[in-house]
Amino acid sequence: MVKLRLSVDPIKCKAHGMCDELIPERIRMDDWGYPVIDPRAVSPELIDFARRAVGACPRGALSIVAIGDSGARTVPDHPD
Amino acid sequence: MQTITTMQRLLPDARTPESLDAHVDVFGPRPVVDPRTLIEALDESGLRGRGGAGFPTGTKWRAVMQHANGAGAVVIANAAEREPASHKDRTLMLLRPHLVLDGLEHAAETLGARRAIVYTSRADDDMRRTLQAAITERRQVADTRVFIEVATGPNRYVAGEETALIARVSGRLAKPRVVPPRPYENGVDGIPTLVQNVETLAHAALIARRGASWFRSVGTTRTPGTALVSVTGAVASPGVFETDATATVGDLAGRAGGVIGEPSAVMIGGYSGRWVTAAAVMNVPIDIDSLRSAGASLGAGILAFLPVNACGVVETDRVLTYLASESARQCGPCHVGLPALADTFHHVATGRARPAALDTLLRWSGDVLGRGACQHPDGAARFLMSALQVFGADLRHHLRNGACRYSGQPPLLPIPESEAGWW
Repeated sequence: MVKLRLSVDPIKCKAHGMCDELIPERIRMDDWGYPVIDPRAVSPELIDFARRAVGACPRGALSIVAIGDSGARTVPDHPD
Repeated sequence: MQTITTMQRLLPDARTPESLDAHVDVFGPRPVVDPRTLIEALDESGLRGRGGAGFPTGTKWRAVMQHANGAGAVVIANAAEREPASHKDRTLMLLRPHLVLDGLEHAAETLGARRAIVYTSRADDDMRRTLQAAITERRQVADTRVFIEVATGPNRYVAGEETALIARVSGRLAKPRVVPPRPYENGVDGIPTLVQNVETLAHAALIARRGASWFRSVGTTRTPGTALVSVTGAVASPGVFETDATATVGDLAGRAGGVIGEPSAVMIGGYSGRWVTAAAVMNVPIDIDSLRSAGASLGAGILAFLPVNACGVVETDRVLTYLASESARQCGPCHVGLPALADTFHHVATGRARPAALDTLLRWSGDVLGRGACQHPDGAARFLMSALQVFGADLRHHLRNGACRYSGQPPLLPIPESEAGWW
């Protein structure tokens, strides 16, 4: 079975601070309020919390990706 | 292996731009080379990118070719040279533009490119004039096979990063984006794109003419051929020197007339490189493995020497302030983190910080690693961490006493003016 992890798009993330409390096992905030993602796999018992954190991000910056995938999905149309 | 200490493959003796006629006299006309043959020759040559990342050139060309799959590609010569202490690309472009353009044309033909572009910094009028004159010369020759365009970008540190320059060439702001997709998959206007440093293209042009074994006849097995190295800081005659990788860091200081005073530290690889103590590195050859054992990488070929009667803390302070101001302000850990790091370092350098600031610097440096779309925060953080190691005693002196007696000297490391805007 493919292992999953959390990934953040650093350009989309604007430090809304919605994610870390939902899955502190894999996300901590740095001193500036941006999420630091633990690259380890999200175990099955954590996957619902991970999905909730992904859904809570107002910027759509957080995603669940397969381990080995570097995490980015699309080219931003307007990188600014 | 045979060693020859002075060799000039890329740099001519003359100090003016080489005309197309003179270029053909020296090197012969640019040959037509079968695409597969040229990519195999690049593989065998061991040529690696000279823009700083050191990626194998043959592998890069093959990746673009496979993704283009006959449907077209874009090739870009990167002449933006955004490392402030680097002058090698500019020197090469001003003296021998046709060798670079030969390499770009080889790339265009090999990959079946629909566009071939030279990307330069807008601030560099001299380079653009030389380049335009060289392109005009080529268009007057009947057998012109590739149409070469010139593009310009802002005079900013990260605007030479390949996804940033691709954005600029595609009509957007020159800011990096998240990868993947990599340029070989999705580049200018979504087309597979090769971005290659101009020195790399010049070497490729010579490999196309003379072959892989000729390229490998100097240097070492793992770092073959010659390289252009910018030598600056406290040396008698700063400049750009062509050398093979058997030369030591100290040999290159010698080529630049020697260090003025006793060397204390060397900045290796630019502002995304690091400081190393002179004692640890002066006798180390510049090949990839020897420098790696010393914890360093030559990057885009940059060495800056710091003497004992200069202050590495204020030099680092200025560089960090510059790097923080050069963030594209897209990723939080970079646009918030780098100014926080630079400010805290400045407070240490000026004696206005608590001792715990050194621990904070170390923790924050670790926290910004790998957290941007591009490597800008990583480069700045590693530069800072190397200063904590190399200038640890000096930093503690600054913490207690503020500026030292060398702090007021003129900068040894160049700090350019930042340009406003990203277009």
